[in-house]
Amino acid sequence: MTGQLTADQLTAGELEKIRADFPILSRTVRDSRPLVYLDSGATSQRPRQVLDAERSFLEQHNAAVHRGAHQLAEEATDAYESARARIAAFVGVQPDEVVFTKNATEGINLVAYALSNSTGAGGAAQRFVLAPGDEIVVTEMEHHANLVPWQELCRRTGATLRWYQVTDGGRLDLDSLELSERTKVVAFTHQSNVMGTVPPVAELVRRAREVGALTVLDACQSVPHTPVDFAALDVDFGVFSGHKMLGPSGVGVLYGRRELLEALPPFLTGGSMIEIVKMEGSTYAPPPQRFEAGVPMTSQAVGLGAAVDYLAAVGMDRVAAHEHALTEQALTGLSEIDGVRIIGPTDAEDRGGAVSFMVADVHAHDTGQVLDDLGIAVRASHHCAWPLHRRFGIAASVRASFAVYNTPAEVDALLAGVHEVRRFFRVPA
Amino acid sequence: MKLEQMYQEIILDHYRNPHRQGLREPFDAESYQINPTCGDEVTLRVALEGDRVTDVSYDAIGCSISQAATSVLTDLVVGRTVAESTSTMDAFVTMVQSRGQAEPDEDVLEDAVAFAGVSQYPSRVKCALLGWMAFKDAVGRADAARSDNGAQRAEA
Repeated sequence: MTGQLTADQLTAGELEKIRADFPILSRTVRDSRPLVYLDSGATSQRPRQVLDAERSFLEQHNAAVHRGAHQLAEEATDAYESARARIAAFVGVQPDEVVFTKNATEGINLVAYALSNSTGAGGAAQRFVLAPGDEIVVTEMEHHANLVPWQELCRRTGATLRWYQVTDGGRLDLDSLELSERTKVVAFTHQSNVMGTVPPVAELVRRAREVGALTVLDACQSVPHTPVDFAALDVDFGVFSGHKMLGPSGVGVLYGRRELLEALPPFLTGGSMIEIVKMEGSTYAPPPQRFEAGVPMTSQAVGLGAAVDYLAAVGMDRVAAHEHALTEQALTGLSEIDGVRIIGPTDAEDRGGAVSFMVADVHAHDTGQVLDDLGIAVRASHHCAWPLHRRFGIAASVRASFAVYNTPAEVDALLAGVHEVRRFFRVPA
Repeated sequence: MKLEQMYQEIILDHYRNPHRQGLREPFDAESYQINPTCGDEVTLRVALEGDRVTDVSYDAIGCSISQAATSVLTDLVVGRTVAESTSTMDAFVTMVQSRGQAEPDEDVLEDAVAFAGVSQYPSRVKCALLGWMAFKDAVGRADAARSDNGAQRAEA
Protein backbone atom coordinates (compact mmCIF):
# COMPACT_ATOMS: atom_id res chain seq x y z
CA MET A 1 0.00 0.00 0.00
CA THR A 2 2.96 2.26 0.50
CA GLY A 3 3.34 2.68 -3.26
CA GLN A 4 0.32 4.92 -3.51
CA LEU A 5 1.47 7.40 -0.91
CA THR A 6 3.30 9.61 -3.33
CA ALA A 7 -0.01 11.14 -4.45
CA ASP A 8 -0.63 14.81 -3.75
CA GLN A 9 -2.12 15.59 -0.37
CA LEU A 10 -5.62 17.03 -0.38
CA THR A 11 -5.38 20.79 -0.08
CA ALA A 12 -7.19 22.56 2.75
CA GLY A 13 -9.63 23.91 0.18
CA GLU A 14 -10.34 20.46 -1.25
CA LEU A 15 -10.84 19.03 2.21
CA GLU A 16 -13.24 21.82 3.10
CA LYS A 17 -15.21 21.13 -0.07
CA ILE A 18 -15.35 17.42 0.74
CA ARG A 19 -16.56 18.13 4.26
CA ALA A 20 -19.31 20.35 2.90
CA ASP A 21 -20.70 17.30 1.08
CA PHE A 22 -21.35 15.56 4.42
CA PRO A 23 -24.21 17.34 6.18
CA ILE A 24 -23.77 15.41 9.44
CA LEU A 25 -20.22 16.72 9.92
CA SER A 26 -21.52 20.21 10.60
CA ARG A 27 -23.77 19.22 13.49
CA THR A 28 -22.94 19.63 17.15
CA VAL A 29 -23.21 17.08 19.94
CA ARG A 30 -23.18 17.11 23.76
CA ASP A 31 -23.74 20.75 24.73
CA SER A 32 -22.95 22.37 21.38
CA ARG A 33 -19.58 20.76 20.75
CA PRO A 34 -18.67 20.47 17.06
CA LEU A 35 -18.76 16.80 16.08
CA VAL A 36 -15.32 15.21 15.61
CA TYR A 37 -16.22 11.94 13.94
CA LEU A 38 -13.40 9.42 14.35
CA ASP A 39 -15.45 6.23 14.11
CA SER A 40 -15.50 5.61 10.37
CA GLY A 41 -14.03 2.16 10.95
CA ALA A 42 -17.41 1.24 12.46
CA THR A 43 -19.47 3.12 9.93
CA SER A 44 -18.66 6.05 7.68
CA GLN A 45 -20.81 9.09 7.01
CA ARG A 46 -22.50 9.59 3.66
CA PRO A 47 -22.17 12.52 1.27
CA ARG A 48 -25.16 14.27 -0.30
CA GLN A 49 -24.29 12.62 -3.61
CA VAL A 50 -25.06 9.21 -2.10
CA LEU A 51 -28.23 10.41 -0.36
CA ASP A 52 -29.37 12.13 -3.56
CA ALA A 53 -28.73 9.04 -5.67
CA GLU A 54 -30.87 6.92 -3.35
CA ARG A 55 -33.64 9.46 -3.20
CA SER A 56 -33.68 10.10 -6.92
CA PHE A 57 -33.79 6.36 -7.62
CA LEU A 58 -36.74 5.94 -5.26
CA GLU A 59 -38.56 8.98 -6.60
CA GLN A 60 -38.07 8.16 -10.27
CA HIS A 61 -37.17 4.54 -10.96
CA ASN A 62 -38.14 2.27 -8.07
CA ALA A 63 -39.25 -1.25 -9.01
CA ALA A 64 -38.27 -4.85 -8.29
CA VAL A 65 -35.16 -5.59 -10.33
CA HIS A 66 -34.78 -8.52 -12.72
CA ARG A 67 -38.54 -8.99 -12.83
CA GLY A 68 -41.28 -7.53 -14.96
CA ALA A 69 -41.07 -5.86 -18.33
CA HIS A 70 -42.54 -2.47 -17.53
CA GLN A 71 -40.50 0.68 -17.92
CA LEU A 72 -39.77 1.18 -14.24
CA ALA A 73 -38.59 -2.42 -13.92
CA GLU A 74 -36.22 -1.87 -16.80
CA GLU A 75 -34.90 1.39 -15.39
CA ALA A 76 -34.45 -0.09 -11.91
CA THR A 77 -32.62 -3.10 -13.32
CA ASP A 78 -30.37 -0.81 -15.36
CA ALA A 79 -29.57 1.31 -12.30
CA TYR A 80 -28.82 -1.81 -10.23
CA GLU A 81 -26.60 -3.38 -12.90
CA SER A 82 -24.88 -0.10 -13.64
CA ALA A 83 -23.98 0.16 -9.95
CA ARG A 84 -22.61 -3.38 -10.08
CA ALA A 85 -20.46 -2.56 -13.09
CA ARG A 86 -19.01 0.61 -11.53
CA ILE A 87 -18.33 -1.12 -8.22
CA ALA A 88 -16.66 -4.03 -10.05
CA ALA A 89 -14.42 -1.62 -11.96
CA PHE A 90 -13.59 0.17 -8.71
CA VAL A 91 -12.03 -3.02 -7.33
CA GLY A 92 -10.54 -4.24 -10.62
CA VAL A 93 -12.89 -7.12 -11.45
CA GLN A 94 -15.68 -8.04 -13.89
CA PRO A 95 -19.35 -7.27 -13.13
CA ASP A 96 -20.38 -10.94 -13.13
CA GLU A 97 -17.81 -11.57 -10.40
CA VAL A 98 -19.58 -9.15 -8.05
CA VAL A 99 -22.39 -10.46 -5.83
CA PHE A 100 -24.46 -8.00 -3.82
CA THR A 101 -24.91 -9.11 -0.23
CA LYS A 102 -26.37 -7.48 2.88
CA ASN A 103 -22.86 -6.68 4.14
CA ALA A 104 -19.37 -8.17 4.29
CA THR A 105 -20.43 -10.53 7.08
CA GLU A 106 -23.02 -12.05 4.78
CA GLY A 107 -20.43 -12.28 2.01
CA ILE A 108 -18.11 -14.39 4.20
CA ASN A 109 -21.02 -16.53 5.39
CA LEU A 110 -22.05 -17.00 1.77
CA VAL A 111 -18.64 -18.47 0.93
CA ALA A 112 -18.54 -20.61 4.08
CA TYR A 113 -22.05 -22.01 3.54
CA ALA A 114 -21.55 -22.52 -0.19
CA LEU A 115 -18.46 -24.57 0.68
CA SER A 116 -20.33 -26.82 3.11
CA ASN A 117 -23.32 -26.99 0.75
CA SER A 118 -20.91 -28.60 -1.72
CA THR A 119 -21.20 -31.82 0.27
CA GLY A 120 -23.75 -33.89 -1.64
CA ALA A 121 -24.17 -31.29 -4.39
CA GLY A 122 -22.14 -33.35 -6.86
CA GLY A 123 -20.77 -32.07 -10.15
CA ALA A 124 -18.34 -29.19 -10.19
CA ALA A 125 -18.90 -28.53 -6.47
CA GLN A 126 -17.13 -31.78 -5.58
CA ARG A 127 -13.77 -29.97 -5.45
CA PHE A 128 -14.99 -27.83 -2.52
CA VAL A 129 -16.09 -30.66 -0.22
CA LEU A 130 -14.46 -30.42 3.21
CA ALA A 131 -13.80 -33.39 5.45
CA PRO A 132 -12.33 -34.09 8.90
CA GLY A 133 -8.58 -33.50 8.72
CA ASP A 134 -8.94 -30.60 6.30
CA GLU A 135 -7.83 -27.22 7.60
CA ILE A 136 -9.22 -23.72 7.47
CA VAL A 137 -6.64 -21.04 8.25
CA VAL A 138 -7.36 -17.54 9.58
CA THR A 139 -5.33 -15.04 11.60
CA GLU A 140 -5.47 -13.90 15.20
CA MET A 141 -6.24 -10.34 14.08
CA GLU A 142 -9.53 -11.12 12.35
CA HIS A 143 -12.79 -9.35 12.97
CA HIS A 144 -15.36 -11.84 14.34
CA ALA A 145 -16.99 -11.72 10.89
CA ASN A 146 -13.92 -13.44 9.41
CA LEU A 147 -13.55 -15.88 12.29
CA VAL A 148 -16.90 -17.16 13.55
CA PRO A 149 -18.22 -18.23 10.10
CA TRP A 150 -15.06 -20.37 9.72
CA GLN A 151 -15.45 -21.83 13.21
CA GLU A 152 -18.98 -22.77 12.20
CA LEU A 153 -17.81 -24.21 8.88
CA CYS A 154 -15.35 -26.38 10.79
CA ARG A 155 -18.12 -27.51 13.13
CA ARG A 156 -20.35 -28.49 10.18
CA THR A 157 -17.66 -30.33 8.25
CA GLY A 158 -15.23 -31.66 10.85
CA ALA A 159 -12.42 -29.51 9.43
CA THR A 160 -9.88 -27.96 11.83
CA LEU A 161 -9.40 -24.24 12.35
CA ARG A 162 -5.80 -22.99 12.59
CA TRP A 163 -4.44 -19.48 12.69
CA TYR A 164 -1.42 -17.26 12.16
CA GLN A 165 -0.46 -15.47 15.36
CA VAL A 166 0.19 -11.77 15.87
CA THR A 167 3.52 -10.37 17.08
CA ASP A 168 3.84 -8.04 20.06
CA GLY A 169 4.24 -5.22 17.55
CA GLY A 170 0.91 -6.03 15.94
CA ARG A 171 2.22 -7.61 12.74
CA LEU A 172 1.29 -11.01 11.38
CA ASP A 173 3.76 -13.69 12.46
CA LEU A 174 4.30 -15.63 9.25
CA ASP A 175 6.52 -18.14 11.08
CA SER A 176 3.73 -19.12 13.47
CA LEU A 177 2.05 -21.52 11.06
CA GLU A 178 2.92 -23.84 8.19
CA LEU A 179 0.19 -24.54 5.69
CA SER A 180 -0.24 -28.14 4.61
CA GLU A 181 -1.75 -30.11 1.76
CA ARG A 182 -4.88 -30.30 3.91
CA THR A 183 -5.26 -26.49 4.05
CA LYS A 184 -8.33 -25.72 1.96
CA VAL A 185 -9.07 -22.09 2.82
CA VAL A 186 -6.88 -19.20 3.98
CA ALA A 187 -9.03 -16.26 5.10
CA PHE A 188 -7.45 -13.02 6.26
CA THR A 189 -7.99 -9.32 6.61
CA HIS A 190 -6.57 -6.76 4.20
CA GLN A 191 -6.26 -4.32 7.09
CA SER A 192 -6.84 -5.00 10.78
CA ASN A 193 -9.89 -3.09 11.97
CA VAL A 194 -8.18 -2.62 15.34
CA MET A 195 -4.48 -2.03 14.61
CA GLY A 196 -4.58 -0.89 11.01
CA THR A 197 -2.00 -3.59 10.19
CA VAL A 198 -1.81 -4.49 6.52
CA PRO A 199 -0.57 -8.09 6.31
CA PRO A 200 1.64 -9.23 3.41
CA VAL A 201 -1.17 -10.22 1.06
CA ALA A 202 1.08 -11.35 -1.80
CA GLU A 203 3.03 -13.71 0.46
CA LEU A 204 -0.14 -15.13 2.04
CA VAL A 205 -1.65 -15.70 -1.40
CA ARG A 206 1.57 -17.32 -2.61
CA ARG A 207 1.61 -19.74 0.33
CA ALA A 208 -2.08 -20.57 -0.09
CA ARG A 209 -1.71 -21.20 -3.78
CA GLU A 210 1.29 -23.44 -3.19
CA VAL A 211 -0.93 -25.88 -1.28
CA GLY A 212 -3.99 -25.34 -3.47
CA ALA A 213 -6.02 -23.48 -0.82
CA LEU A 214 -8.67 -20.87 -1.62
CA THR A 215 -8.00 -17.34 -0.39
CA VAL A 216 -10.67 -15.08 1.14
CA LEU A 217 -9.79 -11.43 1.74
CA ASP A 218 -11.75 -9.30 4.21
CA ALA A 219 -11.35 -5.92 2.52
CA CYS A 220 -13.82 -4.00 4.69
CA GLN A 221 -11.12 -1.73 6.07
CA SER A 222 -9.07 -1.35 2.89
CA VAL A 223 -11.52 -0.67 0.04
CA PRO A 224 -12.78 2.59 1.62
CA HIS A 225 -9.28 3.91 2.25
CA THR A 226 -6.83 2.82 -0.41
CA PRO A 227 -6.79 1.60 -4.03
CA VAL A 228 -7.73 -2.09 -4.07
CA ASP A 229 -7.58 -4.36 -7.10
CA PHE A 230 -8.76 -7.87 -6.28
CA ALA A 231 -7.56 -9.21 -9.63
CA ALA A 232 -4.05 -7.85 -9.06
CA LEU A 233 -4.03 -9.15 -5.49
CA ASP A 234 -4.93 -12.52 -7.03
CA VAL A 235 -7.29 -13.51 -4.21
CA ASP A 236 -10.13 -15.95 -4.88
CA PHE A 237 -12.76 -14.11 -2.85
CA GLY A 238 -12.99 -10.63 -1.36
CA VAL A 239 -15.67 -8.89 0.68
CA PHE A 240 -16.47 -5.34 1.74
CA SER A 241 -19.39 -3.36 3.17
CA GLY A 242 -21.13 -0.35 1.67
CA HIS A 243 -21.62 1.55 4.91
CA LYS A 244 -17.90 1.71 5.68
CA MET A 245 -17.13 3.38 2.32
CA LEU A 246 -19.46 6.40 2.32
CA GLY A 247 -22.33 4.21 1.07
CA PRO A 248 -25.58 2.92 2.54
CA SER A 249 -25.93 0.18 5.12
CA GLY A 250 -27.70 -2.99 4.01
CA VAL A 251 -25.47 -3.54 1.00
CA GLY A 252 -22.12 -5.24 0.72
CA VAL A 253 -20.11 -6.96 -1.94
CA LEU A 254 -18.67 -10.42 -2.42
CA TYR A 255 -16.11 -10.72 -5.17
CA GLY A 256 -15.50 -14.23 -6.40
CA ARG A 257 -13.22 -15.44 -9.18
CA ARG A 258 -15.58 -16.33 -12.04
CA GLU A 259 -14.72 -20.04 -12.34
CA LEU A 260 -15.17 -20.48 -8.58
CA LEU A 261 -18.56 -18.76 -8.48
CA GLU A 262 -19.61 -20.91 -11.44
CA ALA A 263 -18.71 -24.10 -9.59
CA LEU A 264 -20.10 -23.19 -6.15
CA PRO A 265 -23.59 -24.24 -5.05
CA PRO A 266 -25.92 -21.51 -3.72
CA PHE A 267 -26.13 -20.29 -0.11
CA LEU A 268 -29.61 -18.72 0.07
CA THR A 269 -32.21 -20.13 -2.30
CA GLY A 270 -35.57 -18.90 -3.58
CA GLY A 271 -36.69 -16.42 -6.20
CA SER A 272 -34.34 -14.76 -8.71
CA MET A 273 -31.56 -17.29 -8.33
CA ILE A 274 -33.19 -20.11 -10.30
CA GLU A 275 -32.92 -21.41 -13.84
CA ILE A 276 -35.75 -23.99 -13.99
CA VAL A 277 -38.06 -24.85 -11.09
CA LYS A 278 -40.16 -28.00 -10.98
CA MET A 279 -41.91 -29.61 -8.06
CA GLU A 280 -39.31 -32.38 -8.11
CA GLY A 281 -36.30 -30.03 -8.01
CA SER A 282 -34.65 -26.98 -9.48
CA THR A 283 -31.57 -25.79 -11.30
CA TYR A 284 -29.84 -22.51 -10.65
CA ALA A 285 -28.94 -19.38 -12.56
CA PRO A 286 -25.33 -18.57 -13.39
CA PRO A 287 -23.49 -16.20 -11.05
CA PRO A 288 -23.91 -13.58 -9.81
CA GLN A 289 -27.72 -14.16 -9.84
CA ARG A 290 -27.27 -17.62 -8.29
CA PHE A 291 -26.15 -15.90 -5.11
CA GLU A 292 -28.79 -13.15 -5.01
CA ALA A 293 -31.97 -14.90 -3.88
CA GLY A 294 -35.09 -12.80 -3.42
CA VAL A 295 -35.71 -9.20 -4.44
CA PRO A 296 -32.36 -7.56 -3.67
CA MET A 297 -31.65 -4.24 -1.98
CA THR A 298 -31.81 -1.73 -4.80
CA SER A 299 -31.62 1.89 -3.66
CA GLN A 300 -28.73 0.77 -1.43
CA ALA A 301 -26.85 -0.72 -4.38
CA VAL A 302 -27.49 2.47 -6.35
CA GLY A 303 -26.23 4.49 -3.36
CA LEU A 304 -23.09 2.37 -3.19
CA GLY A 305 -22.55 3.02 -6.89
CA ALA A 306 -22.68 6.74 -6.10
CA ALA A 307 -20.25 6.28 -3.20
CA VAL A 308 -17.78 4.56 -5.51
CA ASP A 309 -18.16 7.42 -8.03
CA TYR A 310 -17.48 9.89 -5.21
CA LEU A 311 -14.34 8.11 -4.01
CA ALA A 312 -13.09 7.61 -7.57
CA ALA A 313 -13.56 11.32 -8.29
CA VAL A 314 -11.38 12.22 -5.28
CA GLY A 315 -8.93 9.50 -6.32
CA MET A 316 -8.18 6.57 -4.05
CA ASP A 317 -4.45 7.26 -4.14
CA ARG A 318 -5.16 10.73 -2.74
CA VAL A 319 -7.58 9.32 -0.15
CA ALA A 320 -4.81 6.95 0.94
CA ALA A 321 -2.19 9.71 1.09
CA HIS A 322 -4.51 11.92 3.13
CA GLU A 323 -5.38 9.21 5.65
CA HIS A 324 -1.73 8.16 5.85
CA ALA A 325 -0.81 11.69 6.95
CA LEU A 326 -3.59 11.70 9.57
CA THR A 327 -2.45 8.30 10.83
CA GLU A 328 1.16 9.45 11.17
CA GLN A 329 0.01 12.57 13.02
CA ALA A 330 -2.09 10.50 15.41
CA LEU A 331 0.62 7.89 16.03
CA THR A 332 3.26 10.52 16.68
CA GLY A 333 0.98 12.57 18.92
CA LEU A 334 -0.26 9.62 20.95
CA SER A 335 3.28 8.26 21.40
CA GLU A 336 4.27 11.56 23.00
CA ILE A 337 1.59 11.32 25.71
CA ASP A 338 2.72 9.57 28.91
CA GLY A 339 0.86 6.41 29.72
CA VAL A 340 -0.62 5.91 26.28
CA ARG A 341 -0.09 2.46 24.78
CA ILE A 342 -0.78 1.99 21.10
CA ILE A 343 -2.19 -1.44 20.22
CA GLY A 344 -0.50 -2.40 16.97
CA PRO A 345 2.22 -0.90 14.80
CA THR A 346 3.50 2.46 16.02
CA ASP A 347 4.84 3.39 12.58
CA ALA A 348 2.55 4.21 9.68
CA GLU A 349 4.12 1.86 7.12
CA ASP A 350 1.92 -0.96 5.82
CA ARG A 351 -0.71 0.37 8.09
CA GLY A 352 -4.08 2.03 7.64
CA GLY A 353 -5.95 4.60 9.66
CA ALA A 354 -7.33 2.58 12.55
CA VAL A 355 -5.45 3.67 15.66
CA SER A 356 -6.30 1.80 18.85
CA PHE A 357 -4.83 2.68 22.20
CA MET A 358 -5.11 2.45 25.96
CA VAL A 359 -4.62 5.20 28.51
CA ALA A 360 -2.86 3.81 31.61
CA ASP A 361 -5.19 3.37 34.59
CA VAL A 362 -8.25 4.42 32.61
CA HIS A 363 -10.61 1.87 31.13
CA ALA A 364 -11.38 2.25 27.41
CA HIS A 365 -15.05 2.94 28.14
CA ASP A 366 -14.12 5.78 30.47
CA THR A 367 -11.70 7.25 27.94
CA GLY A 368 -14.38 7.06 25.27
CA GLN A 369 -16.86 8.77 27.57
CA VAL A 370 -14.63 11.76 28.25
CA LEU A 371 -13.84 12.09 24.54
CA ASP A 372 -17.56 11.90 23.77
CA ASP A 373 -18.16 14.72 26.19
CA LEU A 374 -15.75 16.79 24.09
CA GLY A 375 -17.69 15.92 20.95
CA ILE A 376 -15.17 13.31 19.77
CA ALA A 377 -16.77 10.08 18.57
CA VAL A 378 -14.44 7.08 18.93
CA ARG A 379 -15.13 3.43 19.55
CA ALA A 380 -14.43 1.90 22.97
CA SER A 381 -14.76 -1.87 22.93
CA HIS A 382 -13.05 -4.97 21.62
CA HIS A 383 -14.13 -3.82 18.13
CA CYS A 384 -15.43 -7.31 17.31
CA ALA A 385 -11.86 -8.62 17.56
CA TRP A 386 -11.98 -10.20 21.01
CA PRO A 387 -9.26 -12.82 20.48
CA LEU A 388 -6.86 -10.07 19.35
CA HIS A 389 -7.57 -8.07 22.52
CA ARG A 390 -7.11 -11.19 24.63
CA ARG A 391 -3.76 -11.74 22.89
CA PHE A 392 -2.68 -8.28 24.12
CA GLY A 393 -4.06 -8.98 27.60
CA ILE A 394 -6.78 -6.35 27.47
CA ALA A 395 -10.57 -6.47 27.48
CA ALA A 396 -11.14 -3.40 25.35
CA SER A 397 -9.36 -0.50 23.68
CA VAL A 398 -10.16 2.94 22.33
CA ARG A 399 -10.10 3.24 18.56
CA ALA A 400 -9.90 6.36 16.46
CA SER A 401 -10.43 5.62 12.77
CA PHE A 402 -10.15 8.03 9.89
CA ALA A 403 -11.83 8.63 6.56
CA VAL A 404 -11.33 10.98 3.64
CA TYR A 405 -13.28 13.78 5.39
CA ASN A 406 -11.19 13.95 8.58
CA THR A 407 -8.80 16.84 9.18
CA PRO A 408 -5.48 17.38 10.96
CA ALA A 409 -7.36 19.68 13.36
CA GLU A 410 -9.54 16.74 14.34
CA VAL A 411 -6.47 14.65 15.13
CA ASP A 412 -5.28 17.55 17.32
CA ALA A 413 -8.68 17.54 19.04
CA LEU A 414 -8.23 13.81 19.76
CA LEU A 415 -4.77 14.37 21.24
CA ALA A 416 -6.03 17.23 23.41
CA GLY A 417 -8.92 15.00 24.43
CA VAL A 418 -6.56 12.27 25.61
CA HIS A 419 -4.78 14.83 27.80
CA GLU A 420 -8.18 15.76 29.22
CA VAL A 421 -8.90 12.08 29.93
CA ARG A 422 -5.72 11.91 32.01
CA ARG A 423 -6.60 15.12 33.84
CA PHE A 424 -10.19 14.04 34.51
CA PHE A 425 -9.20 10.68 35.97
CA ARG A 426 -6.19 12.24 37.70
CA VAL A 427 -3.67 9.93 36.12
CA PRO A 428 -0.35 10.87 37.77
CA ALA A 429 2.03 12.48 35.30
CA MET B 1 -21.56 19.31 32.21
CA LYS B 2 -23.24 15.90 32.32
CA LEU B 3 -19.90 14.13 32.58
CA GLU B 4 -19.35 15.23 36.18
CA GLN B 5 -22.92 14.17 36.95
CA MET B 6 -22.05 10.66 35.88
CA TYR B 7 -18.55 10.43 37.30
CA GLN B 8 -19.43 11.60 40.79
CA GLU B 9 -16.63 11.61 43.36
CA ILE B 10 -18.29 8.72 45.19
CA ILE B 11 -18.07 6.62 42.04
CA LEU B 12 -14.43 7.49 41.40
CA ASP B 13 -13.63 6.77 45.07
CA HIS B 14 -15.18 3.31 44.86
CA TYR B 15 -13.35 2.74 41.56
CA ARG B 16 -9.98 3.61 43.07
CA ASN B 17 -10.62 1.86 46.39
CA PRO B 18 -13.13 -0.88 45.80
CA HIS B 19 -14.84 -2.46 48.82
CA ARG B 20 -14.78 -6.23 49.44
CA GLN B 21 -12.74 -6.96 46.31
CA GLY B 22 -11.31 -10.44 45.77
CA LEU B 23 -12.85 -13.89 45.81
CA ARG B 24 -13.37 -15.45 49.24
CA GLU B 25 -14.43 -18.70 50.89
CA PRO B 26 -16.86 -19.84 52.10
CA PHE B 27 -19.59 -19.06 49.62
CA ASP B 28 -22.91 -20.58 48.62
CA ALA B 29 -23.01 -19.72 44.95
CA GLU B 30 -20.94 -18.04 42.26
CA SER B 31 -21.93 -16.28 39.07
CA TYR B 32 -19.85 -15.23 36.07
CA GLN B 33 -21.29 -12.43 33.95
CA ILE B 34 -19.89 -10.78 30.87
CA ASN B 35 -20.80 -7.74 28.82
CA PRO B 36 -20.34 -8.99 25.24
CA THR B 37 -20.16 -5.49 23.76
CA CYS B 38 -17.05 -4.45 25.70
CA GLY B 39 -15.68 -7.68 27.14
CA ASP B 40 -16.03 -6.55 30.76
CA GLU B 41 -16.49 -9.41 33.17
CA VAL B 42 -17.22 -10.19 36.79
CA THR B 43 -17.08 -13.35 38.89
CA LEU B 44 -19.13 -12.82 42.03
CA ARG B 45 -19.76 -15.03 45.05
CA VAL B 46 -22.45 -14.78 47.70
CA ALA B 47 -22.42 -16.33 51.13
CA LEU B 48 -25.74 -16.64 52.95
CA GLU B 49 -26.75 -17.55 56.47
CA GLY B 50 -30.41 -18.36 56.38
CA ASP B 51 -31.98 -15.41 54.62
CA ARG B 52 -29.12 -13.05 55.33
CA VAL B 53 -26.31 -12.09 52.97
CA THR B 54 -23.10 -12.49 54.99
CA ASP B 55 -20.53 -11.85 52.27
CA VAL B 56 -20.21 -10.80 48.64
CA SER B 57 -16.79 -11.18 47.07
CA TYR B 58 -15.80 -10.63 43.47
CA ASP B 59 -13.13 -10.45 40.83
CA ALA B 60 -13.89 -8.03 38.01
CA ILE B 61 -12.41 -6.45 34.92
CA GLY B 62 -14.23 -3.37 33.83
CA CYS B 63 -14.70 0.35 33.55
CA SER B 64 -15.06 2.71 36.48
CA ILE B 65 -18.84 2.50 36.35
CA SER B 66 -19.02 -1.28 36.49
CA GLN B 67 -16.28 -1.58 39.12
CA ALA B 68 -17.74 1.10 41.35
CA ALA B 69 -21.28 -0.23 41.01
CA THR B 70 -20.13 -3.68 42.16
CA SER B 71 -18.25 -2.16 45.09
CA VAL B 72 -21.32 -0.14 46.16
CA LEU B 73 -23.49 -3.23 45.72
CA THR B 74 -21.55 -5.05 48.42
CA ASP B 75 -22.15 -2.17 50.85
CA LEU B 76 -25.87 -2.31 50.14
CA VAL B 77 -26.47 -6.03 50.51
CA VAL B 78 -23.99 -7.46 53.00
CA GLY B 79 -25.77 -7.81 56.36
CA ARG B 80 -29.21 -7.47 54.79
CA THR B 81 -31.77 -10.13 53.98
CA VAL B 82 -32.16 -11.45 50.47
CA ALA B 83 -35.59 -9.80 50.26
CA GLU B 84 -34.17 -6.40 51.27
CA SER B 85 -31.32 -6.81 48.80
CA THR B 86 -33.72 -7.66 46.01
CA SER B 87 -35.82 -4.59 46.61
CA THR B 88 -32.67 -2.43 46.69
CA MET B 89 -31.62 -3.99 43.39
CA ASP B 90 -35.03 -3.23 41.89
CA ALA B 91 -34.72 0.41 42.97
CA PHE B 92 -31.23 0.58 41.47
CA VAL B 93 -32.31 -0.96 38.17
CA THR B 94 -35.28 1.42 37.94
CA MET B 95 -33.01 4.39 38.60
CA VAL B 96 -30.32 3.57 36.04
CA GLN B 97 -32.88 2.73 33.36
CA SER B 98 -34.86 5.94 33.90
CA ARG B 99 -33.14 8.11 31.25
CA GLY B 100 -32.63 10.76 33.89
CA GLN B 101 -36.28 10.76 35.04
CA ALA B 102 -36.01 8.85 38.35
CA GLU B 103 -35.96 10.50 41.77
CA PRO B 104 -34.01 7.91 43.69
CA ASP B 105 -34.65 7.31 47.40
CA GLU B 106 -31.39 7.92 49.24
CA ASP B 107 -32.64 5.95 52.25
CA VAL B 108 -32.84 2.84 50.08
CA LEU B 109 -29.93 3.36 47.71
CA GLU B 110 -27.43 5.25 49.92
CA ASP B 111 -24.16 5.77 47.97
CA ALA B 112 -25.77 4.16 44.94
CA VAL B 113 -27.79 7.33 44.24
CA ALA B 114 -24.54 8.57 42.73
CA PHE B 115 -25.30 6.35 39.75
CA ALA B 116 -28.39 8.37 38.80
CA GLY B 117 -26.27 10.23 36.22
CA VAL B 118 -25.53 6.97 34.42
CA SER B 119 -29.18 6.83 33.35
CA GLN B 120 -28.47 9.70 30.94
CA TYR B 121 -26.01 7.51 29.04
CA PRO B 122 -27.97 4.48 27.76
CA SER B 123 -24.82 2.72 26.55
CA ARG B 124 -23.40 2.70 30.08
CA VAL B 125 -26.45 1.24 31.85
CA LYS B 126 -25.21 -2.30 31.24
CA CYS B 127 -21.92 -1.37 32.93
CA ALA B 128 -23.74 -0.29 36.08
CA LEU B 129 -25.83 -3.46 36.10
CA LEU B 130 -23.11 -6.06 35.44
CA GLY B 131 -22.38 -6.74 39.13
CA TRP B 132 -26.06 -6.66 40.06
CA MET B 133 -26.87 -9.23 37.38
CA ALA B 134 -24.17 -11.46 38.86
CA PHE B 135 -25.60 -10.94 42.35
CA LYS B 136 -29.13 -11.79 41.20
CA ASP B 137 -27.90 -14.90 39.40
CA ALA B 138 -25.75 -16.05 42.36
CA VAL B 139 -28.62 -15.65 44.83
CA GLY B 140 -30.86 -17.60 42.44
CA ARG B 141 -28.26 -20.37 42.25
CA ALA B 142 -27.88 -20.45 46.04
CA ASP B 143 -31.66 -20.78 46.36
CA ALA B 144 -31.78 -23.54 43.77
CA ALA B 145 -28.93 -25.41 45.49
CA ARG B 146 -30.72 -25.10 48.82
CA SER B 147 -34.00 -26.46 47.48
CA ASP B 148 -32.12 -29.32 45.80
CA ASN B 149 -30.43 -30.17 49.10
CA GLY B 150 -33.77 -29.86 50.85
CA ALA B 151 -35.38 -32.18 48.34
CA GLN B 152 -32.55 -34.71 48.73
CA ARG B 153 -32.84 -34.60 52.48
CA ALA B 154 -36.60 -35.09 52.23
CA GLU B 155 -36.03 -38.12 49.98
CA ALA B 156 -33.39 -39.54 52.32
